[in-house]
Amino acid sequence: MEQNKADNTPYVIEMLHITKEFPGIKANDDITLQLKKGEIHALLGENGAGKSTLMSVLFGMYQPEKGEIRKNGKVVQIKDPNDATDLGIGMVHQHFKLVECFSVLDNIILGVEPNTAGFLKKSEARKKVLELSEHYGLQVDPDAKIEDITVGMQQRTEILKMLYRDNEILIFDEPTAVLTPQEITELMQIMRNLKAEGKSILFISHKLNEIMAVADRCSVLRKGKYIGTVETAKTTVEELSAMMVGRNVNFHVDKKEAEVGDVVLKVRDVTVASKVHKNNAVKNVSFDVHAGEILCIAGIDGNGQTEFVHGLTGLEPLVSGKIEMCGKDITKLSIRKRSTMGMSHIPEDRHKHGLVLDYTLEDNLVLQRYFEREFTNAAGFLRRGNIRKYSERLIEQYDIRSGQGPITIARAMSGGNQQKAIVAREIDKDPELLVAVQPTRGLDVGAIEHIHKALVAKRDAGKAVLLISLELDEVMDVPDRIIVMYEGEIVGELDPKKTTQEELGLYMSGAKRDEVKVQ
Amino acid sequence: MKFFKNKGVQSLLASLICIVLGVLVGFIVLLLMNAEGAGTAITNLLKNFFFYPGADARMKYFGTTLVKTAPLLMCALSILFAYKTGLFNIGTAGQYCIGICACLFGALYLKLPWYLCLLMAVAAGALLGTIVGFLKAYCNVNEVISGIMLNWISLYITNSVLMNVKESTSPYTLKIMATNNSALLPKLGGVNKFFGDNQYITIAVPIAIAIAVLVWILLEKTKFGYELKATGFNKNAAKYAGMTEKRNMIVTLIIAGALAGLGASFYYLTGIEQWEVTATSVPGMGFNGIAATFLGALNPIGTIFSSYFLQHITDGGTHINNMLYGSQIAGLISAVIIYLCGFVLFVKHAMSKLAIRGEENKDVRFEPIKTKADDKLEHAIKDENAKEDGKAVQEGGDK
Repeated sequence: MEQNKADNTPYVIEMLHITKEFPGIKANDDITLQLKKGEIHALLGENGAGKSTLMSVLFGMYQPEKGEIRKNGKVVQIKDPNDATDLGIGMVHQHFKLVECFSVLDNIILGVEPNTAGFLKKSEARKKVLELSEHYGLQVDPDAKIEDITVGMQQRTEILKMLYRDNEILIFDEPTAVLTPQEITELMQIMRNLKAEGKSILFISHKLNEIMAVADRCSVLRKGKYIGTVETAKTTVEELSAMMVGRNVNFHVDKKEAEVGDVVLKVRDVTVASKVHKNNAVKNVSFDVHAGEILCIAGIDGNGQTEFVHGLTGLEPLVSGKIEMCGKDITKLSIRKRSTMGMSHIPEDRHKHGLVLDYTLEDNLVLQRYFEREFTNAAGFLRRGNIRKYSERLIEQYDIRSGQGPITIARAMSGGNQQKAIVAREIDKDPELLVAVQPTRGLDVGAIEHIHKALVAKRDAGKAVLLISLELDEVMDVPDRIIVMYEGEIVGELDPKKTTQEELGLYMSGAKRDEVKVQ
Repeated sequence: MKFFKNKGVQSLLASLICIVLGVLVGFIVLLLMNAEGAGTAITNLLKNFFFYPGADARMKYFGTTLVKTAPLLMCALSILFAYKTGLFNIGTAGQYCIGICACLFGALYLKLPWYLCLLMAVAAGALLGTIVGFLKAYCNVNEVISGIMLNWISLYITNSVLMNVKESTSPYTLKIMATNNSALLPKLGGVNKFFGDNQYITIAVPIAIAIAVLVWILLEKTKFGYELKATGFNKNAAKYAGMTEKRNMIVTLIIAGALAGLGASFYYLTGIEQWEVTATSVPGMGFNGIAATFLGALNPIGTIFSSYFLQHITDGGTHINNMLYGSQIAGLISAVIIYLCGFVLFVKHAMSKLAIRGEENKDVRFEPIKTKADDKLEHAIKDENAKEDGKAVQEGGDK
């Protein structure tokens, strides 16, 4: 009511007192979210705060126990995603839902193809798409195939998909995670254009700077509860983060000067094949990581980082090149051997590699160590008692939250806690070399702070840390050295203390490159 | 409600519901074909050996059902074992068939003692499993496709090999009893007497049950089982954790094949049945094993009971009156029941959904385990709320 007094713009979507429970957890507890017509409304919250659940309720994928949804003041029933579409609600998912081998145009019209008696009328569709693209400044090539275009253009395709369906309410689920700084600026402008045309935007994010830059208002959730809604013009980043986490967060990573020791990892002329195309994904990469330092490989998603890590950890064979760890050639060693020699790996994809989702938390916590005498006796039987004790220690020490403790099925845990479990497992192995691939992806600021501290602690203990990250803040804050990977090559080495995000962005987008030499 | 949330209870209930559904549908089919005799027919089917009036005869036929349960249980374990590693071993049927070939060839042609015949069957089944495993691990050939093809290959190998040991006047293989007595599995003395002098009861029955228990221990209690199940649930994670997932796949299929081959010797080395060398399909045992696996809720111990039940109704089917119904009716009705037993996972899923909904309606709350950090957070929230309340009071006062 207060909002209405101040500003008479009507609410286009209201979710009132939504409560949604799952066994063991109240995912949404009396949450109210009111979206005004023509505003950009940010939804902020930690992982597991209930953002996804709330959006799933709005999309009809879950039915809430309590509460109601109104559109333009009228109560509506959203039983499935089709109802949501009929109400003009559209969403750009964090991971795009595009058909890779189809053209941009085909993807946009997919499902609502204009036709006469089953024959496509693409020219009509093309006209509408071009108009929309012109109108909102969304540059796309309608005939290019999705697999050939940049991530930014893929995202614009997703936005055009919503506009093509005349959606009035647009939801962006963490849209900047995959973009370069330049692309992020562009996206912000697009969002402002959309707003100017009277579209209402829900912007899900936990990047506070972006929220401050583009959103009008921001609603904050914490642990399934509604904390409040603030106008971004009248708040600060610090206040928002305190609302989100429930305490003040230290954004800056405190670390002392690095005490660099011997070379732990020596990578020479490593070339790794690509799984998707015929060319090599990683070309002649060479660098060293020393004990007591954090080296970060920065780069935009899909520039060979994934393939490089697979080659480094033994998941895929190298085409050529040599890898040495602690003075020993490990180029041809098995994954298990590398692991027992002191390599830990926090994988990029926690569901694909990091966890056996149908195993319990305790079984996942010993995934890298189950074969050790502590957990398996000489006859090959598991020592369940020890596994329980060990997992209870990790759960306590790393604050891994779950419904039923050690016996929780990993699938039933929130993404953030799944990640914490992996980080706990890999760090507790006490590795010589910790390979951390996007260790904070999808985590809230509180958990990010925790993981960054853990990485720095490893460094200070004289271990080598290789961080692969797409998050600019992380790249600038955590490491002692940065190398930038672009199209499978190292194009620059930077000192995080001396460089700027803009300069980093130029290297990452291939606009700038140096000759990098390793002795 | 907590009772129904228990996974074991859910599995058991789901299996029972499937059995009831199967019997019901079977009964309806009988009603449609001939309403008059349907009641008697379905009771006879369920009665199986109780159909006989004399206690001795009852025990004897109960024994026969047990003899036939042993190979079915082994086939079910073969499928279950592979399934835990994420493989669908439809090749069990062929591995069973090649097991028959090997043990009968050993018994009738090479005139070997029973334990060597048994080992030959195990080896033959394992060999077939190895082929499927290698193709899967190194050539990425789907195990279902290669399994089905090998089923046919093993059928025709069996037919042509056993052609050498067939009776001159019939398409059946020679009787073991008449040709090589030493190839018969050892009997159980007093136990045979207990089962109305059923000569086919051998060490196969208790060994099959013991193997089921062993499989359970292997899967649930050992490092090997931990690796196999991890590979089955998520082979990428298994690889990431340094497990040799290709080797695990092959080992799994070798064991699965060996179990099926052993099942064949458990049946054919009792002398209860002769192989017909003009057979045009592999024995149904391997396929019925699929139903037994699911009906047994993918649990080796549960499989013991489900295998028995399926064999019970299959044998019971033979007591349906052939005058009222066609001669295939026995097979048809047991097939209908077996088919519906395959729906266990579906029923189980529906049940757990219902159980959860029940919880929601009752508004039962499950408190997540609290950590210290949670407590702190809650205090912080309380403090904040208190402050806000305070403010509200003040503001109210101001007005």
